[in-house]
Amino acid sequence: MLLITCPWCGPRDEIEFHCGGEANIERPDKPDQLTDQEWADYLFMRANPKGRYAERWVHSAGCRRWFNVIRDTRTHRILAIYRPDEQAPDVAGPSS
Amino acid sequence: MSQPRRLTEGGLIDRSRTISFRFNGKRYQGYEGDTLASALIANGVSLVGRSFKYHRPRGIMAAGVEDPNGLVQVGAGAKTVPNLMATQVPLSEGLQAHSVNVFPSAKFDAGAAIGWGSKLLPAGFYYKMFFGSPVLWRRVYEPLIRRAAGWGKAPTAPDPDLYDHRHHHCDVLVVGGGPAGLAAALAAGRSGARVVLVDSDSRFGASLLGSDVEIGGQLGSDWCDQAIEELSLIDEVRLLPRTTVFGYYDGNYLCALERVEGGPVRERLWHFRAREVVLATGAHERPVVFADNDRPGVMLAGAVKTYVRRWAAKPGERMVLFTNNDRAYETALTADGAGIDVAAVVDSRSAIDPALKELMAGKNIQHLTSHAVTRALGGRQVKGALIGRLNGDRVDGTREKIDCDLIAVSGGYSPAVHLFSQAQGKLIYDEALACLRPRRGPNGQRSVGACNGTFDLSAVLAGGANAGMKAAQLAGYETTAEPPIFTRSRQHGTIAPLWSVPSTGKAGKRFVDLQNDTTEDDIALAVREGFDSAEHVKRYTLTGFGTDQGRTSNVNALGILARKVGKPMGEIGTTTFRPPYTPVTFGAMGGRDRGALFDPARLTPMHDWHVGQNAVFEEVGQWKRPRYFPQSGENMKAAVARECVATREGVGIFDASTLGKIDIQGPDAAEFLNRVYINGWKSLGIGRVRYGIMCGEDGMVFDDGTTSRLAEHHYLMTTTTGGAAEVLDHLEEYLQTEWPDLRVRLTSVTEQWANVSLAGPRSRDVLATLAPDLDLSPEAFGFLHWRDGTVAGIPARIFRVSFTGELQFEINVPWHYGQALWDAAMTVGEPFGITPYGTETMHVLRAEKGFIIVGQETDGAQTPGDLGLGGMVSTKKDFIGKRSLTRADCLRPDRKQLVGLLPENPSQAIPEGSQLVEVDHSSRPPPIPMHGFVTSSYWSATLDTNFCLALVTRGRARHGDVVEVALKDGPTLARIVDPVFYDKEGARREGD
Repeated sequence: MLLITCPWCGPRDEIEFHCGGEANIERPDKPDQLTDQEWADYLFMRANPKGRYAERWVHSAGCRRWFNVIRDTRTHRILAIYRPDEQAPDVAGPSS
Repeated sequence: MSQPRRLTEGGLIDRSRTISFRFNGKRYQGYEGDTLASALIANGVSLVGRSFKYHRPRGIMAAGVEDPNGLVQVGAGAKTVPNLMATQVPLSEGLQAHSVNVFPSAKFDAGAAIGWGSKLLPAGFYYKMFFGSPVLWRRVYEPLIRRAAGWGKAPTAPDPDLYDHRHHHCDVLVVGGGPAGLAAALAAGRSGARVVLVDSDSRFGASLLGSDVEIGGQLGSDWCDQAIEELSLIDEVRLLPRTTVFGYYDGNYLCALERVEGGPVRERLWHFRAREVVLATGAHERPVVFADNDRPGVMLAGAVKTYVRRWAAKPGERMVLFTNNDRAYETALTADGAGIDVAAVVDSRSAIDPALKELMAGKNIQHLTSHAVTRALGGRQVKGALIGRLNGDRVDGTREKIDCDLIAVSGGYSPAVHLFSQAQGKLIYDEALACLRPRRGPNGQRSVGACNGTFDLSAVLAGGANAGMKAAQLAGYETTAEPPIFTRSRQHGTIAPLWSVPSTGKAGKRFVDLQNDTTEDDIALAVREGFDSAEHVKRYTLTGFGTDQGRTSNVNALGILARKVGKPMGEIGTTTFRPPYTPVTFGAMGGRDRGALFDPARLTPMHDWHVGQNAVFEEVGQWKRPRYFPQSGENMKAAVARECVATREGVGIFDASTLGKIDIQGPDAAEFLNRVYINGWKSLGIGRVRYGIMCGEDGMVFDDGTTSRLAEHHYLMTTTTGGAAEVLDHLEEYLQTEWPDLRVRLTSVTEQWANVSLAGPRSRDVLATLAPDLDLSPEAFGFLHWRDGTVAGIPARIFRVSFTGELQFEINVPWHYGQALWDAAMTVGEPFGITPYGTETMHVLRAEKGFIIVGQETDGAQTPGDLGLGGMVSTKKDFIGKRSLTRADCLRPDRKQLVGLLPENPSQAIPEGSQLVEVDHSSRPPPIPMHGFVTSSYWSATLDTNFCLALVTRGRARHGDVVEVALKDGPTLARIVDPVFYDKEGARREGD
């Protein structure tokens, strides 16, 4: 079970959190101007890298706040955790 | 003498405390400190069970958790536990144990007949049968296999025992209490770190308990006792004997099962979160494969030594030792010293340390090199061994027979890398040690001692101490150097790998995995049929699938596979190691979370009243909601019909407190609602209520409910009872991650407001009596308005909404006033015939009106348009899911649409979920055209017929069509109709 350090509450067991999938996918500003293909890309397509992966988590059973995690999908090691209003830190490891 | 194989002295047993126990109904005696296995050996019981597939007689083969044979059922009745390993069961007074997998008894087993026909049950048997005749499978194979392959019996009554879970944080977790683990725990414990030392055994020491090594000038087991005493005096050190770490998960999270002695709790499941982990899990000896190597009396060499030294029990009277390594010679010396006649030491190697030759000569023990045991003789008990000379990859023709009742065998040691591998550690095959050992592991853990391929005692102790210090340092503690400890022990020596003795013919079976009855022939068959990787062989032959997880068989299987496919061991790889390391009971996993504690129950403030009225409850999420209130003699149909009529004609009262409620505040609240609902919200005035539908970004209906504008920047949203938490999460996600610029705050207030709903034409009369100051006239208090007021003296907020189609007032009061309001309403409502109704009546009334329930009419694949709510979709704004509604799939003309359905025979009840198919399809070739399915189905007292809501392809254009309903008892016909069955013009919501 991952130990996840919530930026607001500190280290907590994984069961208190939900994973919200890949991070940094912005909801399109004007969806009605997108083609079906572009909308489908936004809606359904996600990266599935072996290695460094930025994903969103929410502290569901705690402060209910969302934040970003950079995790190595090969080892499950968490390389960085940062708030939505913070810049992603530089972390070593193969990029996605 | 009651224990014929017990030595007269020695052993770590308390001879002053005799323990009586029963095995397979027969009475025996053992001593305090015995395991069931050691006590059986001391009593000369060699036959403990029958094998899984061939039902061959089996005896104890090992002394620890690696034993594949000694599976027993312990206890009786509700407390019985199946499939325990006899080596892991501490002997206790009155213990009752039975062999598993025997019919009718271990001595005479009918299933052994399968052994004669074993050609019918080759490897891959299960998979091959799946392609055979299904009838043959169902009628013949499955019953046969289920009968033959039973491993113990599940208890038939609920377990009366208590099980606990405990969570524990520590700096250093040391797994394994042998010399390496003890050294590590001492080094870490002395630094002040919080240390936990865990060992499966009831007693710490592991290999030290069965050997004569010296540490620091004293016997190893005495050194161990001293170390434990020191550790027990350190406050921050916790010692956990009888505890097996069975899972190593991400982030140094490890789970362990403690078998509690005495006290009310039977087992305790530990959840550790450790900063650093030291794995000192030891190694398991493995056998060598030869013909009939499963006969009772074939035992691991180290186990023979352990039974003699630790339990003063002789596994046999006359022994042949068969080895490929130096270490096993200790068993010859131990057996010789204990009065076991060592008939021969058979070593497969040609080059042997001369000192060993001298040692054997000095003891007058026959010593054969370049020889191997080719076959064990005997049936229920070993009677002899056939010995042959090894010549390359075959055995010379003439073989010698040596009489014996015990064949001690050692094929070398396999480090117990299970936990290391679970933690994603990588292994390497070590040619010199002929074993797989850790190569590279993740941060936060280290392996020491035999599990790391370190076998010499001085190095084991030094490695353990270093690891303990290092772990404590990494956890932030200062350590002082541990002085080296002087030891006296035999060198581990050398090994020449031998996985199986070359075959000398067809006689006998050559077992690789004794628990699953996998033979060398099975592996050969798998390879011949193309299953030639480690993972494939495992699945095809079941090697390593047993409760012992193949501890004595996996490495031999890999060695045999490597030879068959002509690859070096290092290239074969291994199968994946998964938790649990040893079986875990369901009781321990469940802990206290059973019965009433299985799941939290959410109760409304009126719950006790409902119970008092004999309400029948249904579970909606964690809520307990009254489904209906039967009066004496009423069944569900009669009660619901009565409640429906009372509400349609008079007044009903309903506990709607479970509705999800979300308080929404902030200057951008209206804009926020506009983005999350499909309909428009900017124009909603203060004091007004509006029904809204939410979609997911995929355009599918996600939840619905009403939202009221309480003030300029203040709204109250209601959600479905079951969807409340999900809706809040959904809204929070968008607010925080997509629209952090919106100034909006969300708060769940579900349990702040009790909700008493009055429905029916007389509801206004009841409320008027309760709230005389309130103007309830339609002009003053219109539909979809809310008002503050005082109801029954309680400050309240009243909403005019209607899910029943009738005039309806939902009265919200602070949670704790719920019962007071309910009581008052029941009292003043009595003259009007006020009738409490439950969720079933609510469902019927809303279905008569064609109102959907999200989750009943929807399954996550319906757009608002599919449900006839397309008119609500705003064209003036964007909202979550809008873009998806114009995806090609959402615009398909043949989507399923919400319709009503009336059975041609009104008394015909149609089950929800029923499939609707083409009428009169008997003349058509299959497939039969499918039209849709039933989502809701009830009896309507108002309509005097059964009726349904359904989703039907192009349904809105097909009102009047007849479809066939496929039912278990034969088809019936039903007509597609408008989904609004009652009061189509909506006049009833104004009362009469």
